[in-house]
Amino acid sequence: MTTETVSPPSTRQRFRAALLKAWEPYRSVPLLGWLVAILVAVGLERLVGLPLAYLLGMSKVPALLGVVVVLSDPIRIPSVLIYILLIYVVPIGLVARFTAPLFNRIAAYLMRYPLLVTALVHLLLLYADLHLWASISDYRILVARLTMIAIIVTLSLNLVNGYMGEFSCSHPGFMALGAYTASVFTLVLFVNDNRFGEAIFPPSWGPYFFPVGLVLGGVVSAIGALLVAIPSFRTRGDYLAIISLAFMFVVKSLFENMEVVGGARGVANQPDYATLPIVFVWTVLSVWIMNNFVRSTMGKALNAVRDDELAATAMTVDTRKTKMVAFLFAAFWAGVAGGLFAHVLHYINPDTFGIRKLAEVLAMVYFGGLNSVTGSIVGAVSLNLISEALRPLEIYKWIIIPIMLILIMIYRPTGLVAFTEFEIEKLFLPKGETSKGAGHGTA
Amino acid sequence: MALLEVRNMTHWFGGLRAVHNYNLTIEKGQIRGLIGPNGAGKTTIFNLITGVYHPTEGTILLEGEDITHLEPNEIASRGLGRTFQNMRLWRYLTVLEHVKMARYSKLTYGLVGAFFGTAKREAEEKANTELAMELLDLVGAAQFADQLVTSLPYGIQRRVELARALATEPKVLFLDEPTAGMNPEELIQMMEIIRKVHDQIGMAIFLIEHRMKFVMELCETIQTLNFGEVIAEGTPEEIRNNPVVIEAYLGKEVEV
Ligand SMILES: Nc1ncnc2c1ncn2[C@@H]1O[C@H](COP(=O)(O)OP(=O)(O)OP(=O)(O)O)[C@@H](O)[C@H]1O
Ligand SMILES: [Mg+2]
Repeated sequence: MTTETVSPPSTRQRFRAALLKAWEPYRSVPLLGWLVAILVAVGLERLVGLPLAYLLGMSKVPALLGVVVVLSDPIRIPSVLIYILLIYVVPIGLVARFTAPLFNRIAAYLMRYPLLVTALVHLLLLYADLHLWASISDYRILVARLTMIAIIVTLSLNLVNGYMGEFSCSHPGFMALGAYTASVFTLVLFVNDNRFGEAIFPPSWGPYFFPVGLVLGGVVSAIGALLVAIPSFRTRGDYLAIISLAFMFVVKSLFENMEVVGGARGVANQPDYATLPIVFVWTVLSVWIMNNFVRSTMGKALNAVRDDELAATAMTVDTRKTKMVAFLFAAFWAGVAGGLFAHVLHYINPDTFGIRKLAEVLAMVYFGGLNSVTGSIVGAVSLNLISEALRPLEIYKWIIIPIMLILIMIYRPTGLVAFTEFEIEKLFLPKGETSKGAGHGTA
Repeated sequence: MALLEVRNMTHWFGGLRAVHNYNLTIEKGQIRGLIGPNGAGKTTIFNLITGVYHPTEGTILLEGEDITHLEPNEIASRGLGRTFQNMRLWRYLTVLEHVKMARYSKLTYGLVGAFFGTAKREAEEKANTELAMELLDLVGAAQFADQLVTSLPYGIQRRVELARALATEPKVLFLDEPTAGMNPEELIQMMEIIRKVHDQIGMAIFLIEHRMKFVMELCETIQTLNFGEVIAEGTPEEIRNNPVVIEAYLGKEVEV
């Protein structure tokens, strides 16, 4: 027995224990329950958010959990905290906790149907949450769409820098190819524009052909990727980093010198095709397809090639093909994301796709976690929101974000949630009635 | 026609002649051994036959077809499976994923299956999982299927590597020092596993070993290599009593 060494728990340990205990009932909340709880909260914000904000002395609903308000006007901290508590924390906590048994039963019931049905139910709820939350302000709609696009870009770069273990810098270039291709496609065909002339088809057809433009952008970007891949993957070695960096600059100066697409001034007037639901659908589609890929033996071959290329070839893996496919595939999605991006901002110029964009995307990949779909989602969402929220700090933002990155690199060198699998089928499972945490829950 | 035939193979690393005028024939189901002092060129011969290097001179025929200039993955898919002296397992793949990976060239679901998760892919991945589990069972590593290899004991890692090589469905299995670094108990187990695998699957085996007990018991014939040249070839009995071999190699070996 080691009774003599037992000292009274430190405050930190007690705090931890209290947190764990408080969290205990929420362990049994299934994803379905959380989504519905959030729906209640954002619905509530919709109904009483503005009056409550006025009451607390704010001029509008705090957009991103009030960080912006707090940073520009610290005196508002109590108001923001009360707002968050009343609108988000309490409703979500209550609903999630007390509906858990119900939604566990529903989740169990859904399990009887094909995975697709369950997935659709969850996705519809997720979209409803997002829609209700975002539609309170144009700003939120913009942030939500840019964040989802960032997810596509981050995940696709993770394929190369994480799953394949090479270092590629060409993603802004791929985004540019996709953005310009999709922009020209819609502007020439469906828009009366003073640069590209009269629309060739009725503008009302535009939204229906938008996917074609995006895919075209993806394809052009994949063709661009071929130019990087052929010299880079011919021989072993670290040529990719240099060649891809060069590619990024070449693409940028290519567009700077192309007067048809406005040169350095860029292209504007992209119609508003990339609405919230459209961006949502493309994001879901891209995550689903990329996740499928990395979980197949063909996709896992990337890991084998990364961890030991010689062993991979000896086990029949065609290493060159594996790398090529993944690289082109990643470029395709970066191109699609670029197309969406152009139609969200309604304006692009070559400068948009430079070294700053590269730094942003790399940061999201390494922050969220290498070799992980979840990691890329976490990285893209958190860095995007943080960077939006820290906007009032202006120049200091560019001190805080790098410091965060450095801390991550020190304490978690592969990122927040690296090397995990995104197991969709487990996500939707009902949660056991606190049976998992049996060790804690004794009163 | 021999299953595998190597004719007059010579290989230079720059100014170093690592292999000189090497010949080999392996028939179906044979177990043959390759011994020799450190740096004799044994691993280099494996690397040449399996396509890691292309020989400066000579031809390699598998079932009569010239495979001398094929890439390692093509040679592997045609039926030359191998393990490595220093194992070369994959850091971030589980045991099961290791074995399934060696089925890469047999996958037919293509990119469509990889991207969209078709029924064909499900079926193929499932069949491969079953086959991989059988192989893991055969080498006695099935209970570690879901673990990362880095967390496993050395002896188990060797078995995983063997199962992985078996998953390529080799006609000839090349084992480069399969008992390197093992304790005597693990060595006996490995010997039994190789026997069992050979009995059940019946492929030919070509193995490099330093442990004489192991080679002498398993192999029908043994080649002895010194400075890249075969200095003796014969049954274990003949090799054991060959004065040239004793002088070049066995004389220094404590374990005989
Ligand atoms: N890639 C290479 N480049 C240059 N020299 C090499 C290369 N690979 C092996 N050699 C040399 O070729 C010779 C034979 O090496 P090899 O690894 O085939 O020996 P081995 O018989 O397997 O030895 P061991 O019992 O130590 O494994 C050695 O002198 C080695 O240094
Ligand atoms: Mg060797």
